[in-house]
Amino acid sequence: MSKKAVALVALLVTLGLLAAFPLLVAAKSIVNLGCLVLLYIALASSWNILGGYTGQTNLGHAAFFGLGTLATRLLWLSGRPLWLSLLGGGSLAVVFALLIGIPAFRLRGAYFAIGTLALAQILYVTVGNVFPMLSALPSQVLANYQLLPRYYLFLGVAALTVTASYLLANSRLGLGMMAVREEEDAAESLGVSALKHKLVALSASAFLAGLAGGAFAYYHVGYYPQLPFSPVWTFDAVMMAYVGGTGTIVGPIVGGAFYVIVKEYLALKLVELHLIVFGILFILVVLFLPGGFVEAWAHLRKALARRAAQRQASLDSGERRAGPYQPGP
Amino acid sequence: MLVPLAQNVVSGILVGALYGLAAVGLSLTFGVTKFLNVAHGELLMFGGYASFWAFTLLGVDPFLTLPTTLVFLGLMGVLLYKLLFSRMVKATEDVKVKNTMLIGFGLSLILQNVALRLWTANDRAITTSYSGMALTVFGVRLPVVRLANLVIALVCLVALHLFLQRTCTGKAIRATVEDWAAATLAGIDIDKVYLESFVLGAMLAGVAGALVGVGYSIVPTMGLEWTLIALIVMVLGGLGNIMGTFVGGIILGVTQSVTSYFAGGAYREVVGLLIFLLVLVFRPQGLFGTKQG
Repeated sequence: MSKKAVALVALLVTLGLLAAFPLLVAAKSIVNLGCLVLLYIALASSWNILGGYTGQTNLGHAAFFGLGTLATRLLWLSGRPLWLSLLGGGSLAVVFALLIGIPAFRLRGAYFAIGTLALAQILYVTVGNVFPMLSALPSQVLANYQLLPRYYLFLGVAALTVTASYLLANSRLGLGMMAVREEEDAAESLGVSALKHKLVALSASAFLAGLAGGAFAYYHVGYYPQLPFSPVWTFDAVMMAYVGGTGTIVGPIVGGAFYVIVKEYLALKLVELHLIVFGILFILVVLFLPGGFVEAWAHLRKALARRAAQRQASLDSGERRAGPYQPGP
Repeated sequence: MLVPLAQNVVSGILVGALYGLAAVGLSLTFGVTKFLNVAHGELLMFGGYASFWAFTLLGVDPFLTLPTTLVFLGLMGVLLYKLLFSRMVKATEDVKVKNTMLIGFGLSLILQNVALRLWTANDRAITTSYSGMALTVFGVRLPVVRLANLVIALVCLVALHLFLQRTCTGKAIRATVEDWAAATLAGIDIDKVYLESFVLGAMLAGVAGALVGVGYSIVPTMGLEWTLIALIVMVLGGLGNIMGTFVGGIILGVTQSVTSYFAGGAYREVVGLLIFLLVLVFRPQGLFGTKQG
């Protein structure tokens, strides 16, 4: 089997296992945790398209997520079918992304990061002012509330986000995006339009984040409309992507799962101290595993391979020489 | 009509001076090291608490404890720099900005929760015997403590200006801002300059926090808001321009309070952010900066 076929089979098996997961586990709290993991994977992966592959540190991701929840919730609760509401949420995020994209991409590096943070903050405050009331599900929806379809929606959105990232990263567009990340001026000089690639990445990132927001709106029983616009969603997405490894497909998946599960575990074990320990853990990852888990894994594999080769070499030379056998370092 | 408006402008200037002070610290650190310390607001918060507890437990006047707050934040700065930020000195600018930002995220999570655990989520304010006093000029109320804040902010600014202009260390810092490679060739110890400017930034945040505690109130979750304010003002004033940054702070303060006067308090933050975005896009060198390169 070719490498691609192996990857495809592995993917299908994983998806099958994830789909069977809530049927095998009876505990609601575990299924809820699964929902959360999938949501965070979608969030981190969608951020990664612009932040990782295209190298534009976007600190306004919460705006796309928030707009997705806002539009989906309003459409869905006013009686539109769910798929249409989700599409509406994703589209609104894209419209906003394109509106802000051209001015925002005049900024580079730290200024882009601060600028997008400010934009998201404007929406956060404004939504809090315009929609001050709690958005609760109406009683007839609540009476029929089931966790399973929510879980599968999260699974679908996460799978779509990861698949879209994979296809994009392996396309001509994706190569252009990475070229822009590595050296913007050089890419431009070779005829790769930086603005075009950044806008494509931004739109894809925003649409998928909007869908994730839509799934959140379908899932959550009651929240203030301002909540999904909180900068915390952005910071979480950024942290997850970095912990896992930015600019990779696997990174945000590993990062998202790690982030949610470790945070929950610490919250159970340490209760009030958990965010402090989590912050320390996060800083340690940034300092000592700069490429995230993905790079650490690659290093580990390389080191193991080198060690095996060395041992083989020393064994070979040991046979030829008469001296006593000395194990490698 | 006119008096309430004047009152708002004056309040804006008084709070803007603190915005300026917070931003000058961030701008100094960022200008020299390119460390984007998003936990700057948390340092400010710690300065506020240092001063609050000195006043509450020991009963010492908050204006007298400013030197100890300075020392406390200076030590915190040294510790954070040695432990975390010094590892980023040799990275390229891009990596530096990103990684220090991430370290800052982790740090703000830690500091905020440490403060929550130690000091609860309550709003605290330093209420001295003279806190209620105010001068009234043409019907405009000028609270004494906030006036004192303005004076102290100006003193800090002048002291910083003299330090950067007159002392050897200050000159080394300015040389590093202009061209770190040339500065190294001239025998300047970059590591030392980075440490100094980081610690200076932390100390300025500490003073600003102490003054916020006297004139307004402090709470463990105030960090992000103040980091944003400092970032906004830093860009408004133009990087490396101390006076410009301070004036930028006052402009932001006045804009916010005048907006509250005309449109209510709900959108005061939004207007500041909008101005910031416009400046960022159309005058990236800042309101008072000159275009380079």
